[in-house]
Amino acid sequence: MNKKQKKMLVRIIIAAVLLAFLNLVGLPEIPAMVLYFAAYIVIGYDILRKAGKGILNGRVFDENFLMAVATVGAIALAFISGSHDFNEAVLVMLFYQIGELFQSYAVGKSRRSISSLMDIRPDYANIEVDGRLEQVDPDEVETGTVIVVQPGEKVPIDGVVVDGTTTINTSALTGESLPRDVGVGEEIISGCINLSGLIKVRTTKPFGESTVSKILELVENSGSRKSHSEQFISRFARVYTPIVCYAALTLAFLPPLVRILLMGAGGDWAVWIYRALAFLIVSCPCALVISIPLSFFAGLGGASSEGVLIKGSNYLEALAQTKTVVFDKTGTLTQGVFEVSGVHHCPIEDEKLIEYAALAECASSHPISKSLRRAHGAELDRSRVSDIEEISGNGVIAKVDGHTVAAGNDRLMQKLGIGHTECHSVGTIVHVAIDGVYSGHIVISDIVKPNSAKAISALKKAGVNKTVMLTGDAKAVADKVASELGVDEVHSQLLPGDKVSEVERLLGENTGKAKLAFVGDGINDAPVLSRADIGIAMGAMGSDAAIEAADVVLMDDDPLKISKAIKISRKCIRIVYENIIFALGVKFACLLLVALGVADMGAAIFADVGVMVIAVLNAMRALSAAH
Amino acid sequence: MKKTYKIEVDCANCANLMEEAAGKTEGVEKAAVNFMTQKMTIEFAEGADVDAVMQAVVKNCKKVEDDCEIYL
Repeated sequence: MNKKQKKMLVRIIIAAVLLAFLNLVGLPEIPAMVLYFAAYIVIGYDILRKAGKGILNGRVFDENFLMAVATVGAIALAFISGSHDFNEAVLVMLFYQIGELFQSYAVGKSRRSISSLMDIRPDYANIEVDGRLEQVDPDEVETGTVIVVQPGEKVPIDGVVVDGTTTINTSALTGESLPRDVGVGEEIISGCINLSGLIKVRTTKPFGESTVSKILELVENSGSRKSHSEQFISRFARVYTPIVCYAALTLAFLPPLVRILLMGAGGDWAVWIYRALAFLIVSCPCALVISIPLSFFAGLGGASSEGVLIKGSNYLEALAQTKTVVFDKTGTLTQGVFEVSGVHHCPIEDEKLIEYAALAECASSHPISKSLRRAHGAELDRSRVSDIEEISGNGVIAKVDGHTVAAGNDRLMQKLGIGHTECHSVGTIVHVAIDGVYSGHIVISDIVKPNSAKAISALKKAGVNKTVMLTGDAKAVADKVASELGVDEVHSQLLPGDKVSEVERLLGENTGKAKLAFVGDGINDAPVLSRADIGIAMGAMGSDAAIEAADVVLMDDDPLKISKAIKISRKCIRIVYENIIFALGVKFACLLLVALGVADMGAAIFADVGVMVIAVLNAMRALSAAH
Repeated sequence: MKKTYKIEVDCANCANLMEEAAGKTEGVEKAAVNFMTQKMTIEFAEGADVDAVMQAVVKNCKKVEDDCEIYL
């Protein structure tokens, strides 16, 4: 509890004790009245002051005004009717303040727990000066500086490790709980926590452009994009309070006038004014106004703790209505790195063939030669290779250990007049001939991510009607991947511009509130990301264009997170609707009961505070939506 | 130009009111209040005097919500 809340608690206790004392001990009228006033002022002075200020500033219809009018009115009624029972006014103020205190405490607590999920801001960077470590503001560290990150500290700026090895915890960034090992030469991103060893990092970006700053900026700006529900509530609150005030006025005067003029009966003024005052108490829209944004905050917080950053509650709302999910293939459903997936028709050992091919290709930086080198594993001894001849678009011919090795596509084999076996596998085929004799071929293909198939079926389960895969790849490759994953529709051999028109066509097919999400890795698909209802960028750490263009950023590469994000948003939206319906339902029921005279002021304030407490507690469920 | 200020406000509705009040202040292009992180981001209009504008923002915010605090 902060200072303000403690002060309020003390006031509540004083007023409650005074009230209890007055009701238990029968004091003479005048001292009792003085004590009632003391209790009323102690508990309600700030409300009265705020109401007065509001009127001066031209803001008449706010909750302070309502409470002030209702309680002052109740006191006046007690005087006029001669009952001198001030219990009600003090009680109403007391309940109201208890409700406010609870709300401020609960909201503050949840706000802290949500923001602590995203507490990745590094406070300082260590720089070694004359053998001593000096803490400096990360903003002042220039690119290329070597910084020291000790165990337990956050990596403040993106960079490359130049000294030391350690394990890092990336969970704040990716939601991945498994620590990762890093060593010299490896890239390290800011926001990770160094777990075990001391490392030195050469920074590659200024602090402002580092991953952690980008993410914080994204999170901090998320509040400015409001959902329809939030807009509805603030519009509703603006008209609702004045309407209730006029309704209360009508309730106070119309029935008595009708009774006097038409029925010739007594006005019963006190009864109707009392009902009108109670009416005012129920009219506070607090439960709604507080619980709807809180639900969204909690939903966004819960999602970010899962490594899903959503740029605003409007996207959370759209995500919940997603019916079509369109995927880019490479880097999204597949890993986007090419690996040797098979060696066929090879008379010698497979490893030997890969070694020869890798050696022949060792001078090339083509992705294919890289994947051959990776498949070989060990360091290549380049002195074994000579006379390398690259034939552009075909392959290479080189001398390896005295043998002439030709590695390349079928055109190379045809050119050399070597009979080769066609391959039925999907992917890039590297044929190898040693000393003019065909020695089989190596199949290199992009690998599907381990979770991709699961991700597609999870989306189906989460209520997505249609999954589509778009790719620039050849039809054979695309169809195979699509059938492996169970994607409904596949469009291959698309140019980047075709992807936009394909998404536009799919957008046109969607009817009503159904939304379309496009998932890409952020490379080359920024236009599509911004065209779709919801652009989801994957593994976007480091890709600035994606963070800019996307509405939702998945911190790690796992496509399974998409269905998780949809589930989180569905739960959040359900909670929002529950709160809207529940709060409005109880409010209208209370208004009716009060107008009919069934409920008194005490019951009215109790219902009001109770609804708010329940709505706030319900809102907090959105935080744990992922589990 | 864009600047972020730390704020202190108790209720989400007051945060909304502050956002509205700050946004209407002269010299402010766009204002966003994030209740969750207790931050106010102000996008200033071209050539606006930041200090003067912020004084006005504080004044306007105090008008709608007496209890709020903006740390300049």
